Amino acid sequence: MHILITILQRLAYAALLLIAVLVLNFSMMNLAPGDVADTIAASMGGADAELMAQIRAEYGLDQPFLVQLVAYITRVMSFDLGYSYFYNAPVTELIFERLPATLLLVVVAQFLALVLGVLLGVFSARHPNGIANYFVTLFALFGYAAPVFWTGILLLIAFSLKIPLFPVAGMSDVTVEGNFFVEALDVAHHMVLPVITLGSIFLALYSRLSRASMLEVLGSDYVRTAKAKGLSQREVTLKHALKNALPPVVTLAGLQFSAVISGAVLVETVFSWPGLGQLALTSILARDTPTILGILFFSALVVIIGNLLTDLVLRAIDPRVRGRA
Amino acid sequence: MMNDIPPKARSPFSEAFEMFRRNHAAVIGLVMLTFIIGIAIFGPMIYPGDPFEMVWIPFTPPGQEGYLMGTDYLGRDLLSMLIHGAKVSLTVGISAAIVTVTIGITVGALAGFYRGWVEEVLMRLTEFFQVLPTLLFSMVIVALFGATLPMITLAIGLVSWPAVARITRAEFMRIRELEYVTAARAGGVKNARLIFSVILPNALPPIIVQAALMVGSAILFEAGLSFLGLTDPNVASWGQIIGSNREYILDASYTVTVPGVAIFVTVLAISLVGDGLNDALNPKLRQR
Repeated sequence: MHILITILQRLAYAALLLIAVLVLNFSMMNLAPGDVADTIAASMGGADAELMAQIRAEYGLDQPFLVQLVAYITRVMSFDLGYSYFYNAPVTELIFERLPATLLLVVVAQFLALVLGVLLGVFSARHPNGIANYFVTLFALFGYAAPVFWTGILLLIAFSLKIPLFPVAGMSDVTVEGNFFVEALDVAHHMVLPVITLGSIFLALYSRLSRASMLEVLGSDYVRTAKAKGLSQREVTLKHALKNALPPVVTLAGLQFSAVISGAVLVETVFSWPGLGQLALTSILARDTPTILGILFFSALVVIIGNLLTDLVLRAIDPRVRGRA
Repeated sequence: MMNDIPPKARSPFSEAFEMFRRNHAAVIGLVMLTFIIGIAIFGPMIYPGDPFEMVWIPFTPPGQEGYLMGTDYLGRDLLSMLIHGAKVSLTVGISAAIVTVTIGITVGALAGFYRGWVEEVLMRLTEFFQVLPTLLFSMVIVALFGATLPMITLAIGLVSWPAVARITRAEFMRIRELEYVTAARAGGVKNARLIFSVILPNALPPIIVQAALMVGSAILFEAGLSFLGLTDPNVASWGQIIGSNREYILDASYTVTVPGVAIFVTVLAISLVGDGLNDALNPKLRQR
């Protein structure tokens, strides 16, 4: 019962955040020079003042700000994010077409970075003088300082152009046909470089924190007790230490969702990955405001859902969080 | 006993300086950074010329025909573009960090000092800004309000301040409970002075470290935006060189790799200095 109330509270808060995003979206749309009527007029090749006034009345642009805002929020609640005059399609449709590609990239990169980062961190904490330590330090510096698009281009030059191991662009090859398995393998082949590029930044982050967190835990009394009980090194590391070292890393990973999506925009551009980032860029260059704001809304939604999931995972692995409200 | 002269106390500044000097990586970073700043300031005087001028055949490889870094897809001198880019990237990085820190300190200080509903409102605002993917949000700001350098700087600051606000708040919450603050309060010091003259100076060390790292992040941020083409087309920045030459990596990969090295080295230098400052200013953290 208790947990149910907490979850409901979280959901209500998430909904509030989303409404705040909508208010921000709408205010920016209003503050920016030019409105929907201008866009439509431009796509028709110009319109006189009377026609402009007619268009504005039709779209409710002559109404007061608050009335328009409420109308906008109501529309979004019924999954209507407006119409893109650039693509000639409803924004929701455009986004749902591109969302799976971005989600695939983001989730796989985030997952691999987390798993490998924790493994690397645990390993280097267990062997403080080993080579893994230098690797983690070096990797952390590189991961912070290298621009992600540059890393991507370097990988592209090395492993697609000089040594043609991986495809240069896109998510799948049109000439590849076959059953689901063959096509999945094709997508996986296209995914290797983008995932490495995106994952490398976060791998650096997670491995450094897991090492620090693990080192702290390994020095604590209950680990010494566990060792003194005669448990094997492996059991101590996995069952006692890791369990306590993991929560901070998961918390950090949860905070990174917004950064992962930001990184995905750049990675998608480098590898022509047909996701939301690419859509965002083309619609920004085309000044297609409804699509841009729709994407901002959806990415905020993804981050919020990511945060909720992180919360649930933390609850599952850390009893101390469960105790709190 | 009363006449004993106490040993001369070292100022905290000289102690921090000593700590920084002993950190080799940080000193190397500082030397690299000084060199890059030197290029940004004096480079255009030593190596004059308009970076946007077409000077030679496009895609001349580095070292040939007297062009140390070669020419790009429009036949522009890459070395000249890199030198001018240093100034742009550093200026945007530093100004964006100033915007970030100003907003972050204001929000964090008010939240940490006043607590209660002020804190509640400000921290919800901070969380709200953390929900929006930073790059996408700044892309939208730049797209809607114009791709000029001041707008780009403002956009970067506007999306990056939450981290600074959180650190400032934590420091304020810790320091406001200390005895000397209680003493100052009992002495009738007004809130504004408590915040700015009593608490803030003591809260600064971790904020300074964060600000240094922010300069690096802002440079990366600007590079990302201009790589995407969201920049003032009349200003040569490192990211913009990479973005405009991206289509030609088959013909001339150096037009992309070299400016990338410039960004990498600069941000690396800043982060080494930042780590050094961290060790020097927060000695207690060293034992971790």
